[in-house]
Amino acid sequence: MAWSREQMAARAARELRNGYYVNLGIGIPTLVANYIPAEMTVTLQSENGLLGMGPFPRDSEVDADLINAGKETVTFVHGAAIFSSADSFAMIRGGHIDLAILGAMQVSEHGDLANWMVPGKRVKGMGGAMDLVSGVRHVVVVMEHSAADGSAKLVRNCSLPLTGKGVVHRVITDLCVLDVTPGGFEVFELANEVTREQVKQHTEGSLRFRDGAS
Amino acid sequence: MDERDRPVSGVNKLWPSASAALDGIVRDGMVLAIGGFGLCGIPEALILALRDTGVRDLTIASNNAGVDGWGLGLLLENHQVRKMISSYVGENVEFERQFLAGELEVEFCPQGTLAERMRAGGAGIPGFYTRTGVGTLVAEAKEHKDFDGITYILERGIRADLALVKAWKADLCGNLIYRRTARNFNPQAAACGKITVAEAEIIVQPGEIDPDEIHTPGIYVHRLVHNPHPEKRIEKRTTRKE
Repeated sequence: MAWSREQMAARAARELRNGYYVNLGIGIPTLVANYIPAEMTVTLQSENGLLGMGPFPRDSEVDADLINAGKETVTFVHGAAIFSSADSFAMIRGGHIDLAILGAMQVSEHGDLANWMVPGKRVKGMGGAMDLVSGVRHVVVVMEHSAADGSAKLVRNCSLPLTGKGVVHRVITDLCVLDVTPGGFEVFELANEVTREQVKQHTEGSLRFRDGAS
Repeated sequence: MDERDRPVSGVNKLWPSASAALDGIVRDGMVLAIGGFGLCGIPEALILALRDTGVRDLTIASNNAGVDGWGLGLLLENHQVRKMISSYVGENVEFERQFLAGELEVEFCPQGTLAERMRAGGAGIPGFYTRTGVGTLVAEAKEHKDFDGITYILERGIRADLALVKAWKADLCGNLIYRRTARNFNPQAAACGKITVAEAEIIVQPGEIDPDEIHTPGIYVHRLVHNPHPEKRIEKRTTRKE
């Protein structure tokens, strides 16, 4: 059985470590915050200028001056810090954020990432994605293994315009977890009842299975 | 020093209204830097006043382009914008229409690069190298340079003819304090303007703000406008149960 969106988020939460400063992208990555283990302290960064993002506010707490990078109203936790966009991206570009978890349209076997535009379709812009993937120490992509039309998202070379070149370290899909290595994609974990054959069938590009991957 | 003996620094920068503050300093074809992230921390009164001046062919560096009917969307509807320098413009239908019709030019700029371009411009730095965007469309036609085995691209600082920013609190010398994430691009926009106009919700006398608390020193702010009750529209009101 392939993992659900929630299960993918829960799996991604296992990438977190105590004391980490983490930036979560929009979509499934946002759900990761719901799976932070109770005994673990993780500080969430929002690139519009907040370190120590809390949950959504109660209705009575909504503050138009306090939003996340997705423009949603949020809260902050005790110990939070607020700063300007330049300071925010200085900590991102400067390699001070431990982990970024974000979505993608394509990831190549070289770790190239495409997640900001499809030629011929409405272009909204890259936001902070290019800065995040080139500056954050560890970049984890969470995405469906295949596109809605069945085409591969794990590819030899990205056909879509890149967000970053050689920037992805690990990918969590609904079928498996894999690392981007000098030898291509290396699967080390499969979702329950998903077979190596299934993964092969839906992956383009160089693919290996680490010993014991199941 | 006895507080009663402390001299007052700077001149009174308060103008009677947003439109008065823009009088004589706007012209067609000028380059603006405008603070805000989405609709959070935008200088609402100054944008409305800018629309009412009718200036055209503007180049605007701002992270976003407002929404239909509010923020920078007001200037787009009025066909006053020739070019946007932004990282994300997805919330505006009129923007999309003008862009596809070739009426509006867009320079997509990564968000951190945009903030740093404003910071650099304000700090007298004409350009800087960054890893952001290497190997992407953003890097095309830009100088590449390797440092310690890593490739970087050269990005230019932005110096704006006019910057419009939103603060929470200001004193009459133009010292600014922002509130929560409404700070965002405002400090960098303020610094990169040849002329900077700030609007603030609260305006106090010099000396009523502790110098240690100031986010933007008044040297960057040339004119000040009082807007005690901005609308502060919310793009995505997300809540949890009480």
